[in-house]
Amino acid sequence: MIEVKKLVKRFGLKTILKGVDFTVQPGEFVALLGPNGAGKTTFLRILASLSRPSLGSVKVAGYPLPNESAKVRARLGVVSHMPLLYPDLTAEENLEFYARMYGISNHQSRITEVLQMVGLEPRRRDLVRTFSRGMQQRLAIGRAILHDPEVVLFDEPYTGLDQDASEMLDDVLRSVAAKGRTVVMTSHDLARAEDLATRFDVLSRGVIAASGTKDDFKNSNLLDFYKRSLENRE
Amino acid sequence: MQQKPILLTILDVLSIIGLGAATYFALVFAPTEAVMGNVQRVFYFHVGTAWVGLIGFVLAALAGIVYLITKDAKWDRFEVAAVEVSAMFFFITIVLGSIWARPAWNTWWTWDPRLTTAAVTELVYIAYFMLRAGIEDPEKRARFGAVYALLGGLSAPITFMVIRLFRTIHPVVVGNGNPEAQGGFDMTGSMLTAMFVALGAFTVFFINLMWHRIRLGALEEKVEQIKLKVSM
Amino acid sequence: MTQPSPSFFKAVLAIARKDLAAEFRSRELLSAMLVFSMLVILIFNFALELNVDIRRTVTAGVLWTTFAFAGTLGLNRSMAVEKDRGCMDGLLLAPVDRSVIFFGKAISNLVFMLVVEAIVIPLYAMLYNETRIFQLEFIGVLLLGSIGYIAVGTLLSAMSVQTRTRDVLLPILLFPVAVPVLLASVKASGAIVAGLPFKDYVTPLNLLIVYDVIFIAVSYMIFDFVVEE
Repeated sequence: MIEVKKLVKRFGLKTILKGVDFTVQPGEFVALLGPNGAGKTTFLRILASLSRPSLGSVKVAGYPLPNESAKVRARLGVVSHMPLLYPDLTAEENLEFYARMYGISNHQSRITEVLQMVGLEPRRRDLVRTFSRGMQQRLAIGRAILHDPEVVLFDEPYTGLDQDASEMLDDVLRSVAAKGRTVVMTSHDLARAEDLATRFDVLSRGVIAASGTKDDFKNSNLLDFYKRSLENRE
Repeated sequence: MQQKPILLTILDVLSIIGLGAATYFALVFAPTEAVMGNVQRVFYFHVGTAWVGLIGFVLAALAGIVYLITKDAKWDRFEVAAVEVSAMFFFITIVLGSIWARPAWNTWWTWDPRLTTAAVTELVYIAYFMLRAGIEDPEKRARFGAVYALLGGLSAPITFMVIRLFRTIHPVVVGNGNPEAQGGFDMTGSMLTAMFVALGAFTVFFINLMWHRIRLGALEEKVEQIKLKVSM
Repeated sequence: MTQPSPSFFKAVLAIARKDLAAEFRSRELLSAMLVFSMLVILIFNFALELNVDIRRTVTAGVLWTTFAFAGTLGLNRSMAVEKDRGCMDGLLLAPVDRSVIFFGKAISNLVFMLVVEAIVIPLYAMLYNETRIFQLEFIGVLLLGSIGYIAVGTLLSAMSVQTRTRDVLLPILLFPVAVPVLLASVKASGAIVAGLPFKDYVTPLNLLIVYDVIFIAVSYMIFDFVVEE
C-alpha cells in the first residue's frame, strides 16, 4: 500500500531523511516511533504529498508521488496535531466543506454516518470553536475518513489530550483501523501505540533504525525494543 | 579553498581601466554642453548606471523563472546577485540624476515616469530583501524570492506606462524627443563617444560585480556546509 | 470506495462559500475592514481639508487609498485563518489542483473588498454630497481595480503568512507591485468623477485590464510554487 525507497529529504543544507526504506502492506497498522527531530513529521508530510521528496521514490496506494499526487490525495486521509477545522463553522458545515472538496456525492448521509462514528452527532450544529480539544480531534478524524480513504496517516494524534479524551480517541482509532484500512501513526505515547499498532518502526537520525511486530518482543515490551533500537544507533 | 579564476582577475583590471577611461571621456574628452555647462557631464555615468541597473532587473526576473523551472540553487544565487547589483546601480542612477536635475529642472526630484519607476523598483528590491530575511528554509527563501522577482519584473513596465499618463518632463536624448521635456540637448559626435565608452565600461563592471557576487554566494553556501559538518 | 475528484469550479465555489459562511457568522474581518476604512476617511477629511474644491480632484485618490489599506487588512486575516489552524494543509490535501485554492481564496477576498466598497462609497457620497461616484463607469473601474489588487494580493498573502514577519510584510510586498493598479484606477475614476469623456480615460482602463489579465494568469501558474514544500 505504501512503498518508500531510498527517500532523502533535505531542507536547504540539512538532510532530515537519509535514505528511508519503508513498506506497508494493506491493512497494517504501523506505529512510527522516534525521538524529537528524527524526521517523523517530515516523513508523514511526504507520504501525505504535502512535502516533496528530494530523492528516492514514494508510492502510496499504487500511485507515485509527487507526479500523481491528486490521485494519492483522493485515497488518503490525514490527521495532524492541528485540527484542520474552521472554528467559525459548525461540525456539519466543516464536513460539508470537505465533502465538496473531495467531490463526494450524497454527502448528507455520509456526514451523519461519520459524525455518529466519532460520537459527535448530538453536537453537529455547534460551532467548532465551542468544542473541547478532544472533540476537535475526533472531528478531525471524521474529516480525514469522510471520503473513505484506503490509507490514513496520524501525526501525533494524542498531542494536548487528557486521559479521558485519549481513551475516547483510542476507540475511534480502532474503528478506523478495523475497516481494513492501512494506518501509519507517529506517536510519543508508547503504551497507546503498543495497544493499537500491529507493527512498530523506529525512525532515528533520518533512517528506519528498527522494525518489529508484537511477536518479535513477546518476552520484553515495546519500551525495551524502542530503547534497544536507539542504542544500536549510537 | 577554491582559486579565484584568472578571467575574473582580468575582468577586475578591465573594470578599473574601463571606469578610468569613462571618467576621462566624461570629464575631459567630451565638450562642455553649451546651456547647462559642466553639470551635464554627470549624464554619461547616469546613463551607464541606469543601463546596467536595467539589465540586472531583467536578469533577476528571468533568473526567477529559470529557478522555478529548474530548482537549481545556482539560479537563486544568480538572481540575488542581479538584484543586489541592480539595486545599487539604480540607487546611483537616482542620485546622479538628482545632481543633474537640480540645475536643469530646478528641483532634486520630480514624479516623472522614469524617476518614479526607478523609485518603485528600489522599493520592490527592498521588499525582496525583507521577504528573504523573513524565511529560514533556504529552499523556500529561494522559491519565494524567485516568485517576487518575477512579479516585480512584470509590474515595472506597467508601472512605467501608467505613470506616463501623468505628465513627464524627463528628456529623451536618444530617439524621439518629447516636446514638453526640459533640459534636453543635442549630442555631438564626441558626446556620443563618451556615452558609449561609459556604457561599455559599466557593462564590463556589471559583469565583474555579478561574477563576484555569485562566487560569494557559492562560498557562503560552502561555509554553511562546512559548519554543518563540524557541528555533527 | 474511491471518490471521483470534484470539478474545478465546484471546488473553487466550495472554498469561497466556506469563507463567506464563516465570515457572515463572525463578521470579524468585515467589521475590522469597515471601521478601518471609516477611520482613514475621517483622517483624510482633516488632513486634506476636504472642501468642495479639493474634493473634485482628490475623491478618487482618497477612496482608493482607503480601499488599498482596508484590503491588506482583509487579505492578511483571510490567509492567516488558513495558516493558523493548519487548514491550509487541509486544503492542500484535497484531490484538486492547487490553483483551486488560489481562485477560491481570491473570490472570497474579492467579495469582502466589494462589500466594504459597497458600504463605504454611499457613506462617502452622503458625507460629502458627492453623487458623481454613482456612475456605472465608476463602478466598473472599481471592479477592475479590485480584481487586479486582490489577485496579486491573494498570491502575496499566501507567501507573507509563511514568513517570520508575516503581518507587517504584506503591505510592503504588495504596494510596490500593485502601484499600476492603484494609479490606473485613480486616474480612470478621477476622470469619471471630473466628468471627462471616455476617450480621456480609455488608456488607464486598458492598462488596468492588461494588468488584471497578466496577474491572474501568472498567479494561476505560480501559486503552486507558493504553497508547496
